Amino acid sequence: MGVIRILSLILLCLTSALSHAEQINVAVASNFTAPMKAIVKAFEEKSEHRIKLSFGSSGKLFAQITHGAPFALFFSADQTKPKILEEKGLTVPGSRFTYATGALALWSADPTFLDDTASRLQHGDFKKLALANPKLAPYGVAAHEVLEYYSLLKTTRAKWVQGENISQTYQFISTANAELGFVAVSQIMQQGAIKTGSSWLIPREVYSPIKQDAALLLHGKHSPAAKALLQFFHSAQAIDILESYGYITTP
Amino acid sequence: MIFSDSDIAAIWLTLRLATTVTLVLLIIGTPIAWWLARTKSWLKGPIGALVALPLVLPPTVLGFYLLIAMGPQGVLGQFTTSLGLGTLPFTFWGLVVASVFYSMPFVVQPIQNAMEALGDRPLEAAATLRAGPIDRFFSIVLPLAKPGFITAAILGFAHTVGEFGIVLMIGGNIPGETRVVSVQIYDHVEALEYAQAHLLAGVMIAFSFTVLLGLYWFQRKSPLLVLK
Repeated sequence: MGVIRILSLILLCLTSALSHAEQINVAVASNFTAPMKAIVKAFEEKSEHRIKLSFGSSGKLFAQITHGAPFALFFSADQTKPKILEEKGLTVPGSRFTYATGALALWSADPTFLDDTASRLQHGDFKKLALANPKLAPYGVAAHEVLEYYSLLKTTRAKWVQGENISQTYQFISTANAELGFVAVSQIMQQGAIKTGSSWLIPREVYSPIKQDAALLLHGKHSPAAKALLQFFHSAQAIDILESYGYITTP
Repeated sequence: MIFSDSDIAAIWLTLRLATTVTLVLLIIGTPIAWWLARTKSWLKGPIGALVALPLVLPPTVLGFYLLIAMGPQGVLGQFTTSLGLGTLPFTFWGLVVASVFYSMPFVVQPIQNAMEALGDRPLEAAATLRAGPIDRFFSIVLPLAKPGFITAAILGFAHTVGEFGIVLMIGGNIPGETRVVSVQIYDHVEALEYAQAHLLAGVMIAFSFTVLLGLYWFQRKSPLLVLK
């Protein structure tokens, strides 16, 4: 009898622990990998909940979600995909929000190539210019707008090399296959300073805000962990982390 | 027309790439296969393993290292720059070089197998009739190993058509230059243009099925060719 009593006590403890601490799967656009890991680390230090992150391109994650992937939350690299999911009735209505606004930089792996102005770009003094595919990546759309603003679309087009996403664009430049290109500030900034190479931090008024939206998915509708993580995104600590990676948090 | 202009450009580019790669591989793969089939050197193992290596490495990994090697600071990049060719990534010929590496085992191995199956006797017989090495190669080896060459050409071609990871890494998505069908399908899916993706993928499946069907049909017939 004693053994059964102890076993049932253990079982009771386990189930009650489970109801407090929950484990959820969260889908995250790969361009947000580093800041998301930092935010989840900070979150888990304070919470009993455990977050399992799955990184991928927004398009792939979108396809997986529409086909029943067990994600509680979706952090997209754009605004379109969470919106379409909402229209399809796959998100909890009213849960969609902008979790980060990205900033764009022109970057070169060569520490002397850029001088924090548009001059190198305007003089056309380079062989290859890398940018993310505007059809697929919001940072590509922003790069397109910058080139348009300076009337450089036509003159530079023959020099374009396009990455499928912003990480690949970064690779093209970091391996010096393209002398310069448009990347996310979050890729080249750490603790508020540029890590390597040289850059031009592009004025914000030259391109439309690169807003990244997240949404609570139907799968996470009754999940306390998902709600707690969403709440944490509005905390001062999360905002500090976002800013240290060069994201814009003020409207 | 159901296909967009960029879809058609991607199809043409893919066919051009696969044809070029197959021809290059038949030219450089044949001597490699011949050496591997005939040599008694201890280097046979290492060289054979090197040729087969792309079977193991994930294409994006291979592509990433090719991007580094072919870049301005890479060994290959410095070599091509010194020849006045510039660097290879983001060009059609860059894709050709990468695909030659990637599809090499699919071309070398069938040819090597066919040559090994020949054995020494036909060549020794030809030698007693005073046929020189070059004569022996063209009048004995090539005709008898023909099924191996045809299998090699089909596999090399089909494998290049299906290539994705490497092109993604070193292509730079330039229309008419590096944007091949597989990348175009990927772009359609990422842009949520599923109808166009399905259509293009359907064409690719129909094409691959036909090629492989042709290959198996040919292989069933090939023993007769060898006997002739």
